Amino acid sequence: MLEGGRLMLSLDGVSKVYKVGTFGGKRLRAVHGVSFDVAPGEVVSLIGESGSGKSTIGRMVLGLSRVTEGTITFDGQDVSRLEKRRLRAYYGDVQGVFQDPFSSYNPIFKADRVLTLVKGFFPGVGRREWDDKVEAALHAVRLDPGACLGKYPHQLSGGQLQRLLVARALLLDIKLLVADEIISMLDASTRIDVLNLLGDLKARGLGVLFITHDLSLGNYISDRTVILRRGEIVEAGATTKVFGNPLHPYTRMLVSSVPQLHTKWDSAAPKAAVAALPESDAAARLVEVEPDHLVAAAGIEERA
Amino acid sequence: MSLRVDDLTVYYRSLRGDVKAVDGATFAIRDGEIMGLAGESGCGKSSLGKSLIRMDARMKHMRGRVELDGEELPIADDAKMNAFRFRKVSIVPQYSMSALTPTRKVGTVARELLESRGEGFGEVQPELVRRLELVGLSADVLDRYPIELSGGMKQRTVMVLSTLLDPSLLIADEITSALDVSSQRAVGELLVEFRDRGFVKSMIVITHDLAILYQIADTILVMYAGKLAEKAPAETIVGAPRHPYTQLLISSLPEVGVRFEETRLAGIPGKPPSLLSPPTGCRFRDRCPLAFAKCEEEPPFVEVEPGHEVACWKAAA
Amino acid sequence: MPLTEPTQSGVALPAEAVADAARSGAQMAPAPGVPAAPRLHSELFYFAFRNWKFVLGSVVVLACVAIAIVGPWLTDHPPLAFDGPTDQPPSSEYWFGTTSYGQDVYSQFVHGLRAALLVGGLGGGIAWVLGVGVGFTAGYRGGWIDDVLNMLTNVVLVIPTLAILIIVAAYLQVQSYTTEAVIIGLTSWPWAARAVRSQTFSLKTREFVEVARLSGRSTRQVIATELAPNMSSYLLMTFILLFGGAILIGASLDFLGLGPSESISLGLMMNNAFLASALLLGSWWWFLPPGLGIVAIVGGLYVMNVGLDEVFNPKLREL
Repeated sequence: MLEGGRLMLSLDGVSKVYKVGTFGGKRLRAVHGVSFDVAPGEVVSLIGESGSGKSTIGRMVLGLSRVTEGTITFDGQDVSRLEKRRLRAYYGDVQGVFQDPFSSYNPIFKADRVLTLVKGFFPGVGRREWDDKVEAALHAVRLDPGACLGKYPHQLSGGQLQRLLVARALLLDIKLLVADEIISMLDASTRIDVLNLLGDLKARGLGVLFITHDLSLGNYISDRTVILRRGEIVEAGATTKVFGNPLHPYTRMLVSSVPQLHTKWDSAAPKAAVAALPESDAAARLVEVEPDHLVAAAGIEERA
Repeated sequence: MSLRVDDLTVYYRSLRGDVKAVDGATFAIRDGEIMGLAGESGCGKSSLGKSLIRMDARMKHMRGRVELDGEELPIADDAKMNAFRFRKVSIVPQYSMSALTPTRKVGTVARELLESRGEGFGEVQPELVRRLELVGLSADVLDRYPIELSGGMKQRTVMVLSTLLDPSLLIADEITSALDVSSQRAVGELLVEFRDRGFVKSMIVITHDLAILYQIADTILVMYAGKLAEKAPAETIVGAPRHPYTQLLISSLPEVGVRFEETRLAGIPGKPPSLLSPPTGCRFRDRCPLAFAKCEEEPPFVEVEPGHEVACWKAAA
Repeated sequence: MPLTEPTQSGVALPAEAVADAARSGAQMAPAPGVPAAPRLHSELFYFAFRNWKFVLGSVVVLACVAIAIVGPWLTDHPPLAFDGPTDQPPSSEYWFGTTSYGQDVYSQFVHGLRAALLVGGLGGGIAWVLGVGVGFTAGYRGGWIDDVLNMLTNVVLVIPTLAILIIVAAYLQVQSYTTEAVIIGLTSWPWAARAVRSQTFSLKTREFVEVARLSGRSTRQVIATELAPNMSSYLLMTFILLFGGAILIGASLDFLGLGPSESISLGLMMNNAFLASALLLGSWWWFLPPGLGIVAIVGGLYVMNVGLDEVFNPKLREL
């Protein structure tokens, strides 16, 4: 899967089971046996519709949600069940940005408070040095310090707020950014700018776990793609291969349902094939159909 | 029979003054036409849609005339519009999932809706059942509570209920925004089917997603900061737009197949102007790469070729 | 995160639209180069002092507090001393007249007011601490902690408070207003816990809580530095309501004769007046001041609260 260099983030058989119902009687499996990797400086897209578990995976990687089964490894260390101090150290390497920019800020405080929140990671740094760091981070995300420092969140736009959160992550000099639907609530004209920003940061060595439901965005920015359905991986691999030659019925259905700007929808989405996919309790088995292109076994057998 | 809108201007009351949500909108829709109304947030598309059915009490109708099927719609008068709502003009609102009262069965909601318009539920029921089955729902949906239905089922139910009396104009307000990709396609195709079967005569589909409009709409009207920017057949808007805003918008949309390493797309720098005190002249001029001296004077919304109207000095030249 | 239904992606509209609707026409970011004014606090004060309900309520409450502090210094008749002539209407010597036992009504009134404020402050304060503590913990932690605390809250809520207070007061021989205040505090917190819990629930799902967690903040820190400041208006109003409520409960207890008998309070005054048939005797100066006093202070607090609600919640302001 990877030529040289170490794997940065690695998920192995990760599952998340919720207890639902009165007094937690029933079990709901949001994520089932998911395994994939993110290499340093690589953008991996997690693509899925609602109920696919993609956000849950993002939260587990960020340590905001407990892993029920399996392990998550970062830089060789098991980070599945971190607490307190080790978790805090982990946050120096991994950070997240979420979907709703206006909800990500506490409305009664100024927006740049999100930057001061991480000052605790730099105990010895003086005031002047801190200001320089902040300015550098803001420039890296192409924000004008004068336009966004000292303002309240409602005075800034969604795009500026999201970039400020990325700046916060950059202040910590992280290795991996978990971007959970970060541009779906932005206007079309600003979306592409934030996306391009991620691309530029990737060129500087930042790894990104890009969670989205929008295939076009995933295709634009990511090196590798993982397609999720109901908590399981149905197809994964290099983006060009997954989108160029989608083999799983679900992937094909997704690709054919995406509204394109210059082509009309094809006659029929392969819904029947998707509905016919077998349900099973065992975790999906992935088959390598070509180098760097994996498909869930159930999907292939169906075609055969 | 069709829709004609003439100089429609609608403001919102607010503590700080009037928000000029829609300013001087003039356009027409033919019978059987699906017009997409596109634009980014704050451009006034939702306000325009809601003003045609007068569903928001904060709206102040300033001036303008709306004519549907040759008859003037009393959109300045809430009480008089009541006779038209649901019969001649109907709306499928945003968040249709929440449009069904959770404590009542779907059938009860339908009955109350019809009876409030003076229609007997019994007479309409067979048609209601027929249409439910057409969209893939069974008649026993009427006996269920909304919480027992999935999101897609609720969406389809609301669409059937909104079009039950065969309105001349249907306004679909961001009905695909909260749906998954597969449901979006299903709902989009359903809208077209409603039109093809004659359940509605013409439709205004409001959304920020130009790609889905390309799939289902005949024409697209692009709005910017409360004003109309461009109106043309869907193919033209996407393939050969003339207004700089439309051009920039289209070129900022990533499609499956376009990759960052190969083609770096660009957005539109800046932000739309505040609608409390919008600038004079063309409202896009601060962000427009083609702006020149004449743009300080507001460009009229004129036809540059048959069926294609643009509000831009450069495009009309 | 809550799981949504299969065909709803939960992707909402561009945030700008939502924010615009919330701001209802507020201005966009000011022109670059113009420093941003901190609008929130100054705006609150502006609205607070223009809200007549808040101003009226505060004036009344502050007046009562002033009387309670200064009043006892202005008289040299101890409240319980039987040294005056009995049943005297107000005069220059006895400003509020005397009781049937020759006690100075004015003196009783101002001392009683002090007691009322003590019970309100201490009782309300204890209830506030308990209610807010339980509410935050249950709301933020969720799970089984929430279930347990919820059950506890419901049990204490459902108990007929006054009946319990009567029984406890009768058996414990409440000797001081401090004890009375503590008992009131321990039994009147459930509704505050409920209110704080539901507010915490709704705030907890906001993403700024996650951002705080990602910055290494612990649960306690998140509650104290993120959630509580956001709910400051709510917490303030809850305290005001608990304060007023405690005074009322205290006055009721005293009126029933279950409060401390060795000192004086407004409720006890009314009790004495009632037992001595002051109404029949026409000694209005005996029961009117304490009654009006209770009405004034509790009413003032509630009116202040209504005004504050309008100040904090822009939608309620009269346009």
